[in-house]
Amino acid sequence: MTRFVLGRIGFYTLIAVLLAFFTIPLLWLVTAPFTSDPTYEVTVPDFTLDNFRAVAEHPYALPSLYNSLVLSVGTAVLVVILAALAAYALSRVRLPGRDALLYALLLLSSIITGTAAMVPLFQLAVELNLIDSQLGLILILTGGLLPAAIFMLKDFMDSTPKSYEESARVFGATPLQIVRHVVVPLVRPGLATIAVWAVANVWGNFLMPYLLLSDVEKQPAAVITYTLYTEGGQANLSMLSTFGLLYSIPVVLMYLFVSKKYGFRFHGGIKR
Amino acid sequence: MAAIELRGLTKVYPGGVKALDSLDLTVPDGEFFALLGPSGCGKTTLLRTIAGLETATGGAVVIGDRDVTGVQPGGRDIAMVFQDYALFPHMDVTDNIAYPLRIKKVAKAARRDKAAEVAARLGLEHLMDRRPGQLSGGQQQRVALARVMATQAQAFLFDEPLSNLDARLRLEARTFLKKLQRELGVTTVFVTHDQAEALAMADRMAVMEAGHIRQIGTPAEVFQRPANTFVAGFIGSTPMNLLDGTVRGDTLDVAGFEVSVPVSAEGRLSDGEKIVYGVRPEYLAYSAEPAKGALSGRVVIVENLGASHLVTLDANDVTVQAVVPEGSEPAIGDTGHAVPRRDRALVYRDGELV
Amino acid sequence: MAQATSPPEVAEQAVRTRRYSSDAAGLGRLRAGAFVAPALLLVAAFLVFPALWVLYLGLTNYRLTGAAAAEPQFVGLGNLIDAVVNPEFWSSTWLTVEFVLGSAVIGQVGLGFTIAWLLRDRRGPLKRLVEGLVILAWILPSAIVAFLWVALLDRDAGTLNALLHTPGYAWLLDHPMLSIIVFNTWRGTAFSMMLYGAALGNVPPSHLESARLAGASGWQQLRDVVFPHIRGHILTNLLLISLWTFNDFSPFLLTAGGPDGKSEVLAVHVYKVALQSGELGTGAAVSTIILLINLVVAVFYLRLLRSKK
Repeated sequence: MTRFVLGRIGFYTLIAVLLAFFTIPLLWLVTAPFTSDPTYEVTVPDFTLDNFRAVAEHPYALPSLYNSLVLSVGTAVLVVILAALAAYALSRVRLPGRDALLYALLLLSSIITGTAAMVPLFQLAVELNLIDSQLGLILILTGGLLPAAIFMLKDFMDSTPKSYEESARVFGATPLQIVRHVVVPLVRPGLATIAVWAVANVWGNFLMPYLLLSDVEKQPAAVITYTLYTEGGQANLSMLSTFGLLYSIPVVLMYLFVSKKYGFRFHGGIKR
Repeated sequence: MAAIELRGLTKVYPGGVKALDSLDLTVPDGEFFALLGPSGCGKTTLLRTIAGLETATGGAVVIGDRDVTGVQPGGRDIAMVFQDYALFPHMDVTDNIAYPLRIKKVAKAARRDKAAEVAARLGLEHLMDRRPGQLSGGQQQRVALARVMATQAQAFLFDEPLSNLDARLRLEARTFLKKLQRELGVTTVFVTHDQAEALAMADRMAVMEAGHIRQIGTPAEVFQRPANTFVAGFIGSTPMNLLDGTVRGDTLDVAGFEVSVPVSAEGRLSDGEKIVYGVRPEYLAYSAEPAKGALSGRVVIVENLGASHLVTLDANDVTVQAVVPEGSEPAIGDTGHAVPRRDRALVYRDGELV
Repeated sequence: MAQATSPPEVAEQAVRTRRYSSDAAGLGRLRAGAFVAPALLLVAAFLVFPALWVLYLGLTNYRLTGAAAAEPQFVGLGNLIDAVVNPEFWSSTWLTVEFVLGSAVIGQVGLGFTIAWLLRDRRGPLKRLVEGLVILAWILPSAIVAFLWVALLDRDAGTLNALLHTPGYAWLLDHPMLSIIVFNTWRGTAFSMMLYGAALGNVPPSHLESARLAGASGWQQLRDVVFPHIRGHILTNLLLISLWTFNDFSPFLLTAGGPDGKSEVLAVHVYKVALQSGELGTGAAVSTIILLINLVVAVFYLRLLRSKK
């Protein structure tokens, strides 16, 4: 019995420590926006809305959130559709060199999305006339996210029983019908997970839009955040915290929605 | 409705495994036909090749008057029930049953009517809004059946239709399935690894081993006169006694006992020939008293089969099993004598029935 | 006759899944190719091509400004040699190894697995709360997250100093590596947690129960039942997060590589060489080396993964 009690105490202590570790850094984001003249200190806010008013009056702040939305939703839609088709074909048909191809792409994507490829991507965008084009940026971001998305989705597809598809096939469904009627509904949680992952990725991406969108009216929130940061050489904490909160809320809402509707998790996990 | 005909059907998997070796088989229109065999014998591959889910590497599949060997599964006018039923988990019962009609572009209202009609026939009408996950195993099976019925296909294929049910339900479903097939009159091929299932349900059956058909016949033929020792050993809820023996003039020497030649083999054996003597435990008359032509030995094990007992004898180091009616079972250690029925015993030469 | 029923065909089941792994929907190679093509096209244009370009740039004296910007000259392996003889490169490499081992292998994998293991049998609000917070740290924009940690670790008013009663302690200056390691653990644990959560769900309860019946302790159950079962998940997860962490630029947002390059991991080093000093050729050469190191890491994990069979 004592062992059991000790186990319980240990468990809840550990959980409490974990909760503290993951909560404490977030506190500032919820208190500072409601505090007049906030510092880095976490204090009980005086519940002013002045900071929000200031953000609303900023010429680029709120439009930049809309730009972020366009970029991330556009990219997520493209990534989900293209990755689903590719992952399905790769999962079901043994194309020559499939596994090597997947790993090679995955390897490249983890490197190329970093700083290393800034220069070639910029030159490429200039050549293709994609500078200052949101569509161009969406295509480039999609290219970067696709390998990992295909990799994760393929595992989802691998773990769904094939008899569903065979059954539909015996009834005369075409491959595209099978994908639409059977495969997509079956892997919907996986598609949702990939969509959230893609949105979150683009939503937070600073480097690519900074590099490829020079028109301030097209820039997303990530870039605008840094203009607030350096205004007058000093970080504008009231603007920054408030804008940060507004900038964070959409991804949180999206996560809550998806996790409620589909369950935000890897079914079966990634094992190959 | 249509007959199914296989001509020289061969399936070789990449890597050289020969799953089907030049099979010929005709299933007449309206027949309930069983493919029976142990694991890996090729029976499921055969069914899937008929469906078109596997591509034949040689030979032809003919359904009705049409050679469908190169036709996609959807174009063969057949319907299949999968072992796991493959009911789409995201659709309710109505949509599942109506799915084949949706593919055929039948209007939504007509689809629903047809689904309701078929479902009513199988007693599913109160479950139409449920998802497969909310149904019992037996209900799922009936939904899968309703779905193939809605197709109005030329032939039905069932892959282990009963194996996902628990034992008691399986008996009920067996009766139900046989009755349904009889009413519908649709040519149906089903795969099973359970010989009792094949014997109980099929009009005719094929016993398969390692890509070959070892015997085709009615359940009675296959049970009473297995064409070879493989079928003999596979069919029957208690396996047939297969004992090595030698022909000695007008009698047989089996494990050191003098046994008379079975009716079916009379005049077909030559003196001194090595044979295998086969007799089902049900066709051995057991008694505690010595008898002429009996296989005798010490009782090693007695197993209760309910209305009868299976007695295992050690007859000169050869195992002989006999079924004994209830009430007259011996005790372990007793000496028993089992006399084969001459009209039911069989002789095999080189593994084939004489 | 119930006793007449043969045992369920477990063996055949296994054969079947392997045998029928082929084309269930009748896609055919041609249509499969058409399904893959659009994705491959985008990847080729915006991923493979720039990568090859980086390799090429690494062999030139391309610069951001000046004469070499207009007409870069081919310098062969000169850049690679320049990059490798630079002592900052070696200290960056070492710091990167520390960063990957500390924050990815120990931090994210350790913490992610611990959380997944602690919550494996739980349902309800506590699980949702813990998971939600961990995932929150993962999906918030990095610009915001970095700023939150700057606030947390601030010397004068930071929450950490307030909690530990250590006013005026400059975490980012005195312990820059520790700061970015803890930061990256906080930021990235969610992925490992979710992956292991899913993997643990795949361990058959009967295996754990039979181990428990045999008297195995918690640790023995982990070692003998759980780890062999989720080995593939662990290795794939290690591969992905190692690569992601290796190329992660976000430490720059916290420490800008300082002080005195004490937290200048390779991703930051490339940025400094290529863009702050304008030596694009040398930067590309470092990128090439990063690519090679990543390749070695990936091959190492894949070997381990293969040796399972």
